[in-house]
Amino acid sequence: MQMQAKLALEDGTVFTGLGIGAEGEVDGEVVFNTSMTGYQEILTDPSYRGQIVTMTYTQIGNYGVNDEDLESSRPHLAGFVVREVSRLHSNFRADGGLQNYLARHGIIGLAGIDTRALVRRTRIHGALRGILSTVDLNDDSLVAKAQASPGLVGRDLVREVLPEGPHEWSDGVSEWTELPGNRTTSERSPRLRVVALDFGMKWNIARHLRHQGCDVTVLPGTASSDEVLARQPHGVFLSNGPGDPEPVTYGIQTIRQLLGKVPIFGICLGHQLFGLACGARTFKLKFGHRGANQPVLNLDTGRVEITAQNHGFAVAEESLPAELEITHRNLNDDTIAGLRHRHAPAFSVQYHPEASAGPHDSHYLFRQFRQLMDGGDRE
Amino acid sequence: MPRRDDLKKILLIGSGPIVIGQACEFDYSGTQACKALREEGYQVILVNSNPATIMTDPDMADRTYIEPLVWEIVAKVIEKERPDAILPTLGGQTGLNLAMDLDRHGVLQKYGVEMIGARADVIAKAEERDQFKRAMEKIGLEVCRGQTVRNIDQARAALDSIGLPCVVRPSFTLGGSGSAVAYNRGEFDTLVRRGLDQSPVTEVLIEESVLGWKEYEMEVMRDMDDNVVIICSIENFDPMGVHTGDSITVAPAQTLTDKEYQRMRDASLAVIREIGVETGGSNIQFAIEPRTGRMVVIEMNPRVSRSSALASKATGFPIAKIAAKLAVGYRLHELRNDITRKTMACFEPTIDYVVTKIPRFAFEKFPEADATLTTQMKSVGETMAIGRTFKESFQKALRGLEVGSFGLGCDQKDRWGTREQPDRDEIRSGLAVPNAERPWYLRYAIKSGMSLEEIYELTAIDPWFLDQLFQIVELEERLRTVPGLEQAGAELLREAKRAGFSDRQLATIWHTSEMDVRRRRKGLGIVATFKAVDTCAAEFEAYTPYFYSTYEEEDETPSRPPGTQRIMILGGGPNRIGQGIEFDYCCCHASFALRELGIESIMVNSNPETVSTDYDTSDLLFFEPLTIEDVLNICDRVQPDGVIVQFGGQTPLNLARALASADVPIIGTSVDTIEAAEDREKFQQLLLRLDLKQPANGIARNMEQARSEAGKVGYPALVRPSFVLGGRAMEICYDQTQLERFVAEAFVVAQGQPVLIDRFLEDATEVDVDAISDGQNVVIGGVMEHIEEAGVHSGDSACAIPPYSLPGPVVQEIREATTALALKLKVVGLMNIQFAVKREDGKPNVYVLEVNPRASRTVPFVAKATGMPLAKLAAKVMAGKTLPELGVLREPIPAHVSVKESVFPFRKFVGVDIVLGPEMRSTGEVMGVSERFSIAFAKGQLAAGVVLPEPGQGKIFVSVTARHKHQIGGLARRLVDMGYQLMATPGTARQLAAEGIPVERVKKLAEGHPNLLDHLQNGEVALVMNTPSGKGARTDEGRIRALSVQHGVPCITTIQAAEAAVKAMEAIRLEGMNVEAIQDRFPAPAVDLASRP
Repeated sequence: MQMQAKLALEDGTVFTGLGIGAEGEVDGEVVFNTSMTGYQEILTDPSYRGQIVTMTYTQIGNYGVNDEDLESSRPHLAGFVVREVSRLHSNFRADGGLQNYLARHGIIGLAGIDTRALVRRTRIHGALRGILSTVDLNDDSLVAKAQASPGLVGRDLVREVLPEGPHEWSDGVSEWTELPGNRTTSERSPRLRVVALDFGMKWNIARHLRHQGCDVTVLPGTASSDEVLARQPHGVFLSNGPGDPEPVTYGIQTIRQLLGKVPIFGICLGHQLFGLACGARTFKLKFGHRGANQPVLNLDTGRVEITAQNHGFAVAEESLPAELEITHRNLNDDTIAGLRHRHAPAFSVQYHPEASAGPHDSHYLFRQFRQLMDGGDRE
Repeated sequence: MPRRDDLKKILLIGSGPIVIGQACEFDYSGTQACKALREEGYQVILVNSNPATIMTDPDMADRTYIEPLVWEIVAKVIEKERPDAILPTLGGQTGLNLAMDLDRHGVLQKYGVEMIGARADVIAKAEERDQFKRAMEKIGLEVCRGQTVRNIDQARAALDSIGLPCVVRPSFTLGGSGSAVAYNRGEFDTLVRRGLDQSPVTEVLIEESVLGWKEYEMEVMRDMDDNVVIICSIENFDPMGVHTGDSITVAPAQTLTDKEYQRMRDASLAVIREIGVETGGSNIQFAIEPRTGRMVVIEMNPRVSRSSALASKATGFPIAKIAAKLAVGYRLHELRNDITRKTMACFEPTIDYVVTKIPRFAFEKFPEADATLTTQMKSVGETMAIGRTFKESFQKALRGLEVGSFGLGCDQKDRWGTREQPDRDEIRSGLAVPNAERPWYLRYAIKSGMSLEEIYELTAIDPWFLDQLFQIVELEERLRTVPGLEQAGAELLREAKRAGFSDRQLATIWHTSEMDVRRRRKGLGIVATFKAVDTCAAEFEAYTPYFYSTYEEEDETPSRPPGTQRIMILGGGPNRIGQGIEFDYCCCHASFALRELGIESIMVNSNPETVSTDYDTSDLLFFEPLTIEDVLNICDRVQPDGVIVQFGGQTPLNLARALASADVPIIGTSVDTIEAAEDREKFQQLLLRLDLKQPANGIARNMEQARSEAGKVGYPALVRPSFVLGGRAMEICYDQTQLERFVAEAFVVAQGQPVLIDRFLEDATEVDVDAISDGQNVVIGGVMEHIEEAGVHSGDSACAIPPYSLPGPVVQEIREATTALALKLKVVGLMNIQFAVKREDGKPNVYVLEVNPRASRTVPFVAKATGMPLAKLAAKVMAGKTLPELGVLREPIPAHVSVKESVFPFRKFVGVDIVLGPEMRSTGEVMGVSERFSIAFAKGQLAAGVVLPEPGQGKIFVSVTARHKHQIGGLARRLVDMGYQLMATPGTARQLAAEGIPVERVKKLAEGHPNLLDHLQNGEVALVMNTPSGKGARTDEGRIRALSVQHGVPCITTIQAAEAAVKAMEAIRLEGMNVEAIQDRFPAPAVDLASRP
């Protein structure tokens, strides 16, 4: 017998469906992702910490899960909502089904609801706090809990996903990253050292840094600038991560101290922290950008990249200090998608050039970082 | 870069007649392109031979040439119009090949016409197998191992390295025509020989077989700045081995991880860049080995395609429109997404539903043809359905197919549990050999207890899809455990509806009626909700959305704007023989007309190829199957003030009675009238009262009655079931034996319906009339005189406006009869009447054969021939206008002659006899226009692909049946006088020799070699004139006709057409063909009121 599950929102809406995955109850910010592929990467992306993620595509689980397409060791999101979960998976790389995977990792899932109605509600009213439960099925009680839940703003979720300590990263990119014709046979030399400040980093970022011929030392995002510089890095990478960037004061402080001393490249939360460190402000988007089809205009080249994105906050353009230059814009809503420091060797993008899940259009940013470290011209 | 200012005039080439492999999708793309380019201020010059298209409407392009699509004719258009550029990528393979011909013959260079979108070298690189293969290798992509060969010896050598099974593909053919898989050396030799023959460049590709691999398509767009986006991914339900046009396909891809999907995306980008398609849309096909993930590129179309039409309809992204704008310099991010208005066209649509396309076949029309699905396309149409889940969308698509199924089984067509239940052997072969019925064989396999693994072994259909079908059948079995409808709980009913079960299926399961299921579920609050197709999965607000039904909580149908009227138009569903683009044209015009009147137009259709399902044709579009249930569900939501059923062909008419019973307000001619015209007795009474004649006739409900009625009306007799489309199972019987055979068949086709027996009028001239009536006034749109004699299905015969041989008083009599019938029947809207004129006792008698109070197949032809937009006017009349109010008072009599010619799919069905009869078999039509009938006819022939030879280009083979022996002498003499050499079989040769006409006598097939078949194969024969004595593919003459089709030798099969052809050949010798834009023929539109603002 399948178990019932409910999702209640702070505005009083309750969706009733079937529980998939673990039993229990969890609160979180309800968001949606429009990517039609890549649920496993989304599940394991630490940036979803504290969020209940709704997939807009309706058939999820079709190709199962495998050991390769992971962005961290385990799922991080609070809950997972789909229209229909596949009971059978079919893919030559699969080694298990989605439902088992969710259950094994204690993730509560909900299936069978009108996900489009939920998405429209989110689009119209903004991201809402919600509670997902298989144990309490009383609507009133659930709505009350949703209303009492903390939400994301002002919370430092990064601390919940930090690595325990420093470690060296050793994996390169997978064979899926490039077409055989473009694949570079050997990694670039000379080898450079990059310190990656991990605020909840997706593994594919580190893989790409390796691919650029970098030895990657991963330090927790709480590391001080002294700790970073002690590693004598050729460059510092600022990772993605969950939630509101403003409470991550330690990261902002570190970046401020590193600025100008070493080449810096930031992605997503790392981009926001870079902006904050330079004196800009961030703000919460109504419902964020989450998907694999977000068009970004590269203002240097005039060309468009289709990008993977996952963020609920953004750098506010009117707060931008003179030192920062906008390099990329999101074409859907014109928000800042990329920044460059006018004087210091530092740049950042709001989106995910490491893709996974998503298109590979922006891989060049890793080469650009490498060139910056090599002291060469910007690409 | 903004739009190019250096271009002023742009030439667009359409795709010509509807044929297998090229259907309405290119009217859809061409129409979008015309609109897009004119919106940007360019002058558009359009050439297309197909009058049934929206794109050839006079207000779609600045200069419209309805002329044959051959380079010599298009060169004349170029000479006259001097366009700056030609956009070759929107007119299908025909448009592309024609642009290449113009380039090859130096026409483009001579007149300085630039190819935009894709240059000639780019097209060659994509289309020419070796070049394509080299290009793929250069970018590190695998292609199937293969070799291009130009003769059988090279082919055999290639086979040694490639091995069997292998695919044989002729180069440069339409819809993969001629492609097939060879399993043994015998088959291999046959396929190679045929392929070499069919390829316009005598070249075939011998290729590694990837049978059973997973098949995918990617729709890609690129702009001048090298921005590239993927519009849609498509995964085929049927694995490699079945042409994608014949495959069930699903969007988006279902069984690829993001890693694999992105690899395919990377490959797609690399392909379009390497091939060098500068701007516009392309389609790239991939195959993936299911056990290893090995990916190979199958092919690329450097143009918009059937799949891009599907992708546009599946996502809401208008590929052709954007492609046209990219071709004139815009970049993707400079173009707005019309659906969201806020965001730009530079993004990748994401969808939150599943789309299933299922092809529709017409094998019943070609009983001798091989019905196995192969790499050569054989389907004539398709339906698309949208559901939130695959199960829902798949079952919706099955009922949208309109083949008597209402989902996966549990309907009248279901053989399971009946005496016809297939046995295991039949099921196994139904699975292993791809065929049109395979979805139902999959069901039978599951019902019979076959395991998923077993089914996969036989079909190679991905286990994910198979499991979905298992889920449908398992749910059906749970439904069957409930004793009856009243015992079914709300939860179970909702689950069934969400899995796509139709009310009809549920009614079948619980032995009740569809309407009872409907009442019960509505009582339980289980009603359809409608969701928008918005390109973005609800991330942004949608403004011009279209909708599909599903069973969810939230409904998104917009509420009615205050003070407006809403009228709904029911479309024609999937194309089939007898119902295609002509009816879609009518539906579009109805929508345009309503919008002109300020009435909200609502379109319902399930055919993704069409203009009617374009997102901006109507105010609201419901992409839904045309069944009672689905239409009533929409009516419940939108509460239309009127519903138009007379424009979409037989499909909506079949729903009319049930809709009327459900209190749906049907506007125009009443359902009673529609039925009265079909009711023999009522109709007979009506004709009597009006003093009109009809051929002697009778009605039979069993074989005994059939015999006696046929005896009364006399032989030859025309036998047909009532209520069928396109002359299905209609035959001329010359004696009782024939009668008994055909009547037996007719009872099978139209179960429970009586069979009609008419005296067949031999050697009569058939006349079609389209007229329009507001109930008080009747205006005739056009009187069409058929070229072929009565007895050839009106959809298959050629015809001319105005009549070219009928005496004036006869035409007048026909007009008066039409008016009287329209008024008597109280027609409001369109009506079509078929007459036969037979000379009896020295005077012509007019007989009424058939009255159809609805839009006919000829409406667009009449509109193009006369300039009167019949369909639009009819829609306005139905909305309450009178003809005088619309300024329509008189029949338009054009100063020129327009000839409609039919186009047949015989080349796709090897061995099928091509003789015309009462069963319609043509897929499309073309039009030839000239001041003179003979030239107009010649143009029609040329446009239909019948190239009338010049003397010296080959011999003309003449062989006529005894009936025509006395007529052939005169024709033969005229041919000889023009300098043609004739060949004839002994009988005809004797006859001609007796008349003193020089003729070469050739052996009959039984007389040994060299016989006619040898001469045909040797390319000595340039034209065949063969009138049949007895039908049959296996007769000598049948083989001659079939072989001439396979060799591309035109074959004329009626004495009337032969007569017209000879006239045409004489006229061309004297004056040649000139071209003229329809805007010049109708300088001021005949009816200005109907043109759009």
